[in-house]
Amino acid sequence: MLPTLGGRIQTRLFLLAVVGGIVTLIIGPLLPISAPLSVVYQDTFVILAAVAVLGTGWEFLYHFLMQWRWEKDWPTLFGLVTAIPEGVLVWLLLRAGAIPGIKGTVPTDAFVIDFAVVWLAVWLVANGPMRVPFIRWRFHGGRLV
Amino acid sequence: MIDQPTAGAGDAGSQGQQETVQRVRPAANEAVVVTAEPGAAPGSGDLTDELLRSDQWTDEMLRTAGIPVTDVPLVSVGGGIGSFVTVDYLRIAGVRTDRIAILSNLDFPWQTYQYLTRVSQIPRPERIRSDSASRPDNIWGFPSYALAEAIGDRTLAPLWQVLIEPIFADYYTPKAGRVFAGLEREAKRIEYSKMLVKGQVRMIRKRQGGGYFVILTPMVGSTPTKRLAYRAEFIHLAVGYPGLRYLPELQEFRTAHQDFHHVVSAYEEHEHVYEAARTKHLVVMLRGGGIVASRVLQRLMDDRAKHGLSTDIVHLFRTYITTSHGPNAWNRRKGAHGFAYQGFNYPKSVWGGQLKSEMRRLEGDQRAAKYKLMGGTNTPFRRRWQSQMKQGREAGWYRTMAGTVEEMRLDQGMIVSCVKTSAGLVEVPADFVIDCTGLEADIAEHRVLADLLEHSGVGRNPLGRLDVERTFELRGAGSGPGVVYASGATTLGGYFPGVDTFLGLQVAAQEIADDLARRGFCRRIGTFRSIRQWLRWARNKQP
Repeated sequence: MLPTLGGRIQTRLFLLAVVGGIVTLIIGPLLPISAPLSVVYQDTFVILAAVAVLGTGWEFLYHFLMQWRWEKDWPTLFGLVTAIPEGVLVWLLLRAGAIPGIKGTVPTDAFVIDFAVVWLAVWLVANGPMRVPFIRWRFHGGRLV
Repeated sequence: MIDQPTAGAGDAGSQGQQETVQRVRPAANEAVVVTAEPGAAPGSGDLTDELLRSDQWTDEMLRTAGIPVTDVPLVSVGGGIGSFVTVDYLRIAGVRTDRIAILSNLDFPWQTYQYLTRVSQIPRPERIRSDSASRPDNIWGFPSYALAEAIGDRTLAPLWQVLIEPIFADYYTPKAGRVFAGLEREAKRIEYSKMLVKGQVRMIRKRQGGGYFVILTPMVGSTPTKRLAYRAEFIHLAVGYPGLRYLPELQEFRTAHQDFHHVVSAYEEHEHVYEAARTKHLVVMLRGGGIVASRVLQRLMDDRAKHGLSTDIVHLFRTYITTSHGPNAWNRRKGAHGFAYQGFNYPKSVWGGQLKSEMRRLEGDQRAAKYKLMGGTNTPFRRRWQSQMKQGREAGWYRTMAGTVEEMRLDQGMIVSCVKTSAGLVEVPADFVIDCTGLEADIAEHRVLADLLEHSGVGRNPLGRLDVERTFELRGAGSGPGVVYASGATTLGGYFPGVDTFLGLQVAAQEIADDLARRGFCRRIGTFRSIRQWLRWARNKQP
């Protein structure tokens, strides 16, 4: 990807809301969480929102790190492996009870599946299909507006 | 002066050579002398004195000259990949074929590109230097070349390479043959041939009352008059490189000795060098440190290994890069052994990210300084080339040196270059010298551009090329509601740097199409149209 800081944030928020939202709806009932579906959805959507909110901060860090790259690009692999620090942070905050709105406990395996599937879907869409509906997106640093 | 193309002009080889290599180089900064062309008699169907002299033409002037006029709302001049990509966008935006005319001496848009890639050692099975998502045959860049190759060849290798590039693998780049095949398919899909009019464009002049006239010299015998005129509201100019120049000392040597065999340009046919290397021991001198030098070097090294040859290669760099270079830690490009390394011809983000955004805001000297920082000759770091060069350095058959050539002379059948190095003058004898520098000619050396500079009021940008707006509208060329757009190499130095690339042409095409939509020429491609049109592209249905 060839993002600007604004483009990074816009793309993240849009893709998490649309692609992340759809994927969360689909996988919610399949997650190994022994709680009513309404609770599962509440927890997974709160996690999704946390990834979006915290991610805005992460994007500042990524943008800063990108300045050391001559090409000022963000290789495809970076977009995938950044899932690890981001996922770990959300999980730690979850365990510390620092994410408001979570009901009960989200099991680690359910969290890993939820987080990984959403991340993978967002990453895949950002690296190709996104260019079909948004023909100007890739030339505008990932900005949608 | 004979300026009417004959049937032979369509031949790819001869056309490519004539268009790209300029054999006689005017002195530096010398203004191009345009000999006063005598006007033809009124009613002859040719350019009269009145037309040649006037900056603005009236409909009556064309009638008096007897030149037939055809009305087309948009004319694209050039007919190469720049015209193709722009017209592709417009067709996808819903413009009918009868509203566009492409005036060109090329039979198909990739003709010159195919010629240049072939002679500069990129035959169809080899990979060009272009990104996976830079598809001139697909305005969305999806599926990318890597995905298409993975599906077509039933292999995950291209996708894996895109995943780990450029950290753990070289950048993925598509094969030339795949690019040409895609262009051919898309040309058929958008009915490119219906819009193409063969001939040589002679000039573009403003029309009194708005719009423009484009004068075309059609193929000999194809029309009753020597000239045809196209009256258009919008002009798109994509004439490509105005021409290439030799290094001055190479040109002088060639002219003095009338030797076009031993001193060659990498951009013209030079297969005889590789053939000669297969028959006897040769010393070949390479000049230049860009992608073409790398390609020629690869061919020499490949042939050496494949046929067990003993070719010695002396590689002369004017600017010898020894290590990473740049003004500070966050602006440092990699380099070694003479080369500056960069995946593509500009840092990647000029095509859509941070650098594109920054450049868009810079004017004058600041923009020129940024171009200088990002510019300079460079070539990609490819693991295969690195291993071949290392082997050559260790075995002593590949030598690099830094310097400039003071003089070239013939001595016992060898071409001796007197190289001024930091250690003094060094004489380097070679059987062949291959110029891979790719110096570009001034835009005024292109006839249509020279006429435009003289008669329309267009100016030059900080790098001396055509001065375009962010929308690629040519500044100073407005004529009532009419607009001239320019894209490609002639606009280098503008608000967008990567103009002479596949993706750069698409960036320009998008800006032009959007500007034309604002002016009511076509519809702006929105989300739903884009999806619908992509589905048509995927099913190979007409737009």
